Amino acid sequence: MRPMTEADLADILRAADAPLVIRGGGTRGIGRAMGEVLETGGLAGVRIYEPGALTLVAGAGTSVAEVEALLAAEGQRLPFEVPDRRGLLGRGGDSTLGGVVAANASGPRRVQAGACRDSLIGVRFVDGAGVVVKNGGRVMKNVTGLDLSKLMAGSHGTLGVLTEVSFKLLPIPEQAVTLRLAGLSDAQAVEAMAAALGSPFEVTGAAHGPGQGTFLRLEGFEKSVRYRVGQVSRHLARFGAVEEVADVWPDVRDVTPFHERAGDVWRLSLRPSTAADVVARAGAEAVLYDWGGGLVWLLTAPGLDLRARLGAIDGHATLIRSDSALPTFAPESPGVAALTKGLRAKFDPKGILNPGLMG
Amino acid sequence: MDMPLPDASVLARRDRILAQLAAVLPGDALISDPTETRAYECDALTAYRCPPMAAVLPRTTAEVAAVLRICHAERVPVVPRGSGTSLAGGALPTADCVILGIARMNGVIETDYADRFIHVQTGRTNLSVTGAVEHEGFCYAPDPSSQLACAIAGNIGMNSGGAHCLKYGVTTNNLLGVRIVTMTGDVLTIGGPWSDAPGLDLLGVICGSEGQLGVVTEAWLRILPKPEGARPVLMGFASNEVAGACVSDIIKGGLLPVAIEFMDRPCIQATEAFAKAGYPDCEALLIVEVEGSPTEIDDQLARIKAIAERHTPVAYRESRSEDESKRIWLGRKSAFGAMGQMGDYICLDGTIPVSELPFVLRRIGELADDYGLRVANVFHAGDGNMHPLILFNANRAGDLEKAEAMGADILRLCVDVGGCLTGEHGVGVEKRDLMHAQFKRDDMEAQLRVKDVFDPAWLLNPAKVFPLDVTAGRRAG
Ligand SMILES: Cc1cc2nc3c(=O)[nH]c(=O)nc-3n(C[C@H](O)[C@H](O)[C@H](O)COP(=O)(O)OP(=O)(O)OC[C@H]3O[C@@H](n4cnc5c(N)ncnc54)[C@H](O)[C@@H]3O)c2cc1C
Repeated sequence: MRPMTEADLADILRAADAPLVIRGGGTRGIGRAMGEVLETGGLAGVRIYEPGALTLVAGAGTSVAEVEALLAAEGQRLPFEVPDRRGLLGRGGDSTLGGVVAANASGPRRVQAGACRDSLIGVRFVDGAGVVVKNGGRVMKNVTGLDLSKLMAGSHGTLGVLTEVSFKLLPIPEQAVTLRLAGLSDAQAVEAMAAALGSPFEVTGAAHGPGQGTFLRLEGFEKSVRYRVGQVSRHLARFGAVEEVADVWPDVRDVTPFHERAGDVWRLSLRPSTAADVVARAGAEAVLYDWGGGLVWLLTAPGLDLRARLGAIDGHATLIRSDSALPTFAPESPGVAALTKGLRAKFDPKGILNPGLMG
Repeated sequence: MDMPLPDASVLARRDRILAQLAAVLPGDALISDPTETRAYECDALTAYRCPPMAAVLPRTTAEVAAVLRICHAERVPVVPRGSGTSLAGGALPTADCVILGIARMNGVIETDYADRFIHVQTGRTNLSVTGAVEHEGFCYAPDPSSQLACAIAGNIGMNSGGAHCLKYGVTTNNLLGVRIVTMTGDVLTIGGPWSDAPGLDLLGVICGSEGQLGVVTEAWLRILPKPEGARPVLMGFASNEVAGACVSDIIKGGLLPVAIEFMDRPCIQATEAFAKAGYPDCEALLIVEVEGSPTEIDDQLARIKAIAERHTPVAYRESRSEDESKRIWLGRKSAFGAMGQMGDYICLDGTIPVSELPFVLRRIGELADDYGLRVANVFHAGDGNMHPLILFNANRAGDLEKAEAMGADILRLCVDVGGCLTGEHGVGVEKRDLMHAQFKRDDMEAQLRVKDVFDPAWLLNPAKVFPLDVTAGRRAG
């Protein structure tokens, strides 16, 4: 099914009585939702783009690539550096804005510019009973009523089908420089990244690949970037020499080192200072640290129950790619799980939106 | 503005309820003497007052949970309260309610500079959060003008903003996790010192929920390294239109100031008379502040000057020293005080798309003429969050109602041009009955469903945010 308007979509959902798999571009969905596919690609098109107000409103089916090109022509961009998951998940297709929001997909710049949910200023969606709902709007500051936009971000299509999304944008800086520290252990790397992120020099990327090096990014006007490169190098002198290297951020963002490699892929949200210890206990085949250690990607043997192996951690693990029957999302505490269940029952009373996903 | 009649059955059970509360709280934590409960009769929206049945001031999450369990069993409405600085009546009591004040829970539980967070009890004031980390060169970014008094609890309740939110975002963008007690007394931890929840983003809907979903007792807040320095520039323009166009061009120019503040002529004149900041005599004035090292600041200010010159400013003053910066901010910071000198005022808080600024300011001027009231505008122009101040005389019969009617017209105008009723102060009771202007029934119903899940008996702050006609069935049930 591929509705071309919000009204068509509402009709479909009102009539539906069997499970649906909600799909944008099909590039980043995770988990094992089962049912007839409902595609949102028909709900496309930029509705409002105001460069002078840094705001964009577009249909949820609008292609990310198309939007990024449109913004780039005005020297602007989505702040949160949209990851491309096709390589990691072995998919094709064209990513959509709605899919990005449903996954709250956020790249390395999150440490400074926030996640997708932080740039999201409004949504329209159709709930599982076919009711059209609008929340938020096109202005950056809005505390009118409950913030359902945030609730929709990262809900993986379980509360409603997004039809329109609005974002706050940022200018593309004049210059971006990537710095590398070599030879640090994971623990030292996390410490160095913390020192950089805790400095006033506005680091917009902090990643570490064991054996590859520890990478930092500085962005802004040229003079300012030059100044901060000097300051950060001095600030991190105790960790060794800092060298300028080529852009690595698309590879960090898309977890390129794991592409074409067999095994399960886990994504860990962690308290950064605990990351090296968690990784040491994980026994993974490959590791990539992003967000200063706040995000860790692990490649493990197929079917390994990483959650069982790690026990309690300061954070949680999501299974991004696997053929096993292990749950995709970490279990929630009973009280939180009850709220989740209650919300899903209210927004999807027939239980047809990506059932089986998210607990 | 209507409030529901107090529940007679609750009032009839007053003694029994108070006795149960007394049994779970230390002696000084329950206030029920009518002379003392008056201290809680209003928040900063002082036009509306009503003493609560009782106020409780717990010191632990366990005490909060015990109070909520009793109130739930006895069907007593509960109004959570931080410092009571809400401008929207968010913490306004009803005669049958218990005010749950969080002010005594003001401790710092943990600070971690490597992981860049602070874990606090939410009764802690906003400014003292920064106070706890600034010796290490850190700060908590959201900085409402009320930061000396307001509590993190209320900041989370209202999703409050501040002078620097153009760059650093509002409360929701700086909140990592909360401990929240539901109306049934269950203590839940949502989020923590890491990014993203494993499931739905409940934190996102809790922040800004105005005490509707639970009582927040602890919070994990993102702390940021303080910038090396900051400096403002002040510019005057011949018209609101030109100033608005300049704001737009600064944003399009790829600059990211921490603040872009706008004042119109009535506001400039009022603050000049009051604070004597030496502002130019002009139609509209902008204060733009940038951050960084001295070289970085110079570089940004040079770019801003080049943009401003295209709009032929009638005045242009760049701060070169701490002292000059203070003087430039002096007038802006005393704007509300200055208006207070001139009479009573109500302060609106609607947001509009930045491109609509000139039109909206013109319409506000016309409305002021129609109503025969004076209005001054001072606001965060970078994000379109307006603060029209409507002057009136509280001692003249009907004047408040007239000012409120005009305020409602302005807020409807904000919605009509694509904006919203409130950018940072919240809905409370003040804008409750205007919600129909912004939300269709289904849009509102979707929000009510979230409250149904968190607070099925509708006991938490039940007469706020949503129009009474919409919630009538739920509050009764
Ligand atoms: C002079 C002045 C200047 C101001 N400037 C700004 C500004 O620049 N930016 C801005 O955004 N606001 C501003 N405000 C408004 C106000 O200060 C903010 O809304 C503030 O966050 C309220 O905090 P509080 O602790 O006083 O909350 P309260 O007024 O006590 O409560 C606010 C709301 O939060 C709820 N609440 C309180 N505690 C809890 C809790 N523990 N759990 C759940 N809900 C709770 C209440 O029920 C209520 O709905 C200003 C107010 C004044 C008087």
